[in-house]
Amino acid sequence: MEDQEKLIKDVTSGDYKFGFVSPVDMDFLPKGLNEDIIREISLRNDEPDFMLQFRLKSFKQWRKMKMPHWAYLKIPPIDFQNIIYYAAPKNKHFQNEETGEMNSELSDTFDKLGINLDERKSLSGGGVAVDAVIDSVSVKTTFQKSLAEKGVIFCSINEAIRKYPELIKKYLGKSVPPSDNYFAALNSSVFSDGSFCYIPKGVRCPMELSTYFRINAAGTGQFERTLIVADDDSYVSYLEGCTAPQRDENQLHTAIVEIIIMDHAEVKYSTVQNWYPGNKEGKGGVYNFVTKRAICRGEGSKISWTQVETGSAITWKYPSCILKGDNSVGEFNSVAVTNNYQQADTGTKMIHIGKNTKSSIISKGISGGRSDNSYRGMVKMLPGASNSKNFSQCDSLLLGSKCGAHTFPYIEVGNSTSVVEHEATTSKIGEDKLFYCNQRGISTEDAIALIVNGYAIDVLKRLPMEFAIEAQKLLQISLKGSVG
Amino acid sequence: MLKIKGLKVAVEGKEILKGINLEIGDGEVHAIMGPNGSGKSTLSNALTGREGYEITDGTVSFNGENLLDFSPEERARMGIFMSFQYPVEIPGVSMSNFLKASVNAQREYRGLSPLTGREFFHLMKGKQKLLHLDSGLTNRSVNEGFSGGEKKKNEIFQMAILDPSLAIMDETDSGLDIDALRVVAEGVNTLKSPHNSIILITHYQRLLEYIVPDFVHVLYQGRIVKSAGKELAKELEERGYDWIKKEVADETGK
Repeated sequence: MEDQEKLIKDVTSGDYKFGFVSPVDMDFLPKGLNEDIIREISLRNDEPDFMLQFRLKSFKQWRKMKMPHWAYLKIPPIDFQNIIYYAAPKNKHFQNEETGEMNSELSDTFDKLGINLDERKSLSGGGVAVDAVIDSVSVKTTFQKSLAEKGVIFCSINEAIRKYPELIKKYLGKSVPPSDNYFAALNSSVFSDGSFCYIPKGVRCPMELSTYFRINAAGTGQFERTLIVADDDSYVSYLEGCTAPQRDENQLHTAIVEIIIMDHAEVKYSTVQNWYPGNKEGKGGVYNFVTKRAICRGEGSKISWTQVETGSAITWKYPSCILKGDNSVGEFNSVAVTNNYQQADTGTKMIHIGKNTKSSIISKGISGGRSDNSYRGMVKMLPGASNSKNFSQCDSLLLGSKCGAHTFPYIEVGNSTSVVEHEATTSKIGEDKLFYCNQRGISTEDAIALIVNGYAIDVLKRLPMEFAIEAQKLLQISLKGSVG
Repeated sequence: MLKIKGLKVAVEGKEILKGINLEIGDGEVHAIMGPNGSGKSTLSNALTGREGYEITDGTVSFNGENLLDFSPEERARMGIFMSFQYPVEIPGVSMSNFLKASVNAQREYRGLSPLTGREFFHLMKGKQKLLHLDSGLTNRSVNEGFSGGEKKKNEIFQMAILDPSLAIMDETDSGLDIDALRVVAEGVNTLKSPHNSIILITHYQRLLEYIVPDFVHVLYQGRIVKSAGKELAKELEERGYDWIKKEVADETGK
């Protein structure tokens, strides 16, 4: 009845939990993008020359490129000269090594975000190693020592560039070359920090690894880079989380995640993306232009991407799998939620190169308010990828009549022995389902949460337990006031 | 328990119920029969507060409260249960999660603490046994892939768990074969008590052979045109509705 609608409208108030700004004393580079800025970033990171050359070459590339407009997104013009490309806390040390005293500017921020950077406390909760990145720099990486005992390298990418230049030279830009796309070139020019992880041969990483990205400073963009290398017969589960303050201006986040997987190794990469989505009227929010790609280089190697996308004003993101090794496997599992005026164009690419390669895609779009939610996916079987298989399931759930759901599948099959299957459905949370729940005593809000969780369960159940619970809560919050 | 006075209900501006008067006491079973389109389902939807059923006149009191002041979920929490004619499917939500949410929402309303997982499990097991239901049912998604018979049994199962004071069974017998009908009816009979009342909405007399009503009402053109004991159902089965339609026509002079 009208009461129901009123109830729905009453709870549309901004429920973004992480919209606070921390009072951190910051060091900024001046606004704008040019060679001097890039040299300065490289200098501040104390990088070897090959890195600077990598950046400058990428920048040249970027200047030749144009902003892509093929996605189903209305992207307002971005003034790349009006962005600060480097912002770091003046005191980058999380803890004073001599006195043991915490840098409260930083520790308070992560406490407030619920990110546990205390190794003892974390161990009792199962133990997740965290690389904590605030604006342009990594400020703390936990469990480095205990991981090192197993031969696992887990550190900020800046540290890796200085300490393991050979690994970086060998793998950086190999999965996502700087020339890959406009945003990849931009990131390759200016990335300031991020995470690096190397799992040696035969090692099953004893704990989950994670990166937490926090944007804090105003007027800045965040450009971070993650590189994960899983050597033969190794395994790692990697988690990524992110949040940003609530601001009326838009902020740019342009990241790259590269994963390289050798023989019989497996990487699980899970993301809960919760960048500030903008307010009810569509003001503010993060522009999230991200390139994520894994190469299954080795025979029988496996990558699975799982993402729960609830944040950002605009999302442009296609975590992809290049299945080069014979018998390699790629998975993409996604729940993408858009509400109010959010726009998302997200999906994946499955490029089958090796023989007997398999891929599966489960994409669950959920749109509410006046948002637009698109799935864009490519499945490509090269001539040599004989006996390969893909299965895609792309579902859209509409929560109202003013939102949009779109599906753009591209399929190319270059041999006669491969099989590609694509299924798609579109459904609506109808009055009949809500009433059924109401009639059992369940409120409309709880009914929506229940129905959406049920819809997304195939993806949510692939997340590590604690992450899954967080994701479920997030879905609930993100969808408040979505039915209209 | 339930007092309906002069209830008028419109759907999309068209008046469907044109003044219903009905009183249901504790522990009573009332059958509401009538030809298609007479307003039977409108009555159950209006009582449960479904969107789109506009109350244009009349009152409904339920255990002394003005029922029409409450939202659909509040009415459910107050103890009104409807067994749906067409139960909806909710993919990915297990029956047990759905019922737990439902039981605990109702308990909270009544000032009771939520059931723990263990308590809820025992409640479910007990009712399954009582109704001779397949225990696999609770692990499946709500009504998803259920046969017509399973869906109806599942409605009775929910009723058993929620233990309503008033159960409205909307065409529960439609689409059921005789075996399923017997299971459903046995379930309802098992749950009957001096404190729980039932409204059976049905087109056919068949169900009433298994669940014996205390009163039978005939709904026609939005009004209750005849009320009597259980023998009325038999008479309707034998003679159809035409004689009632004729009586009404004679009275109204149409």
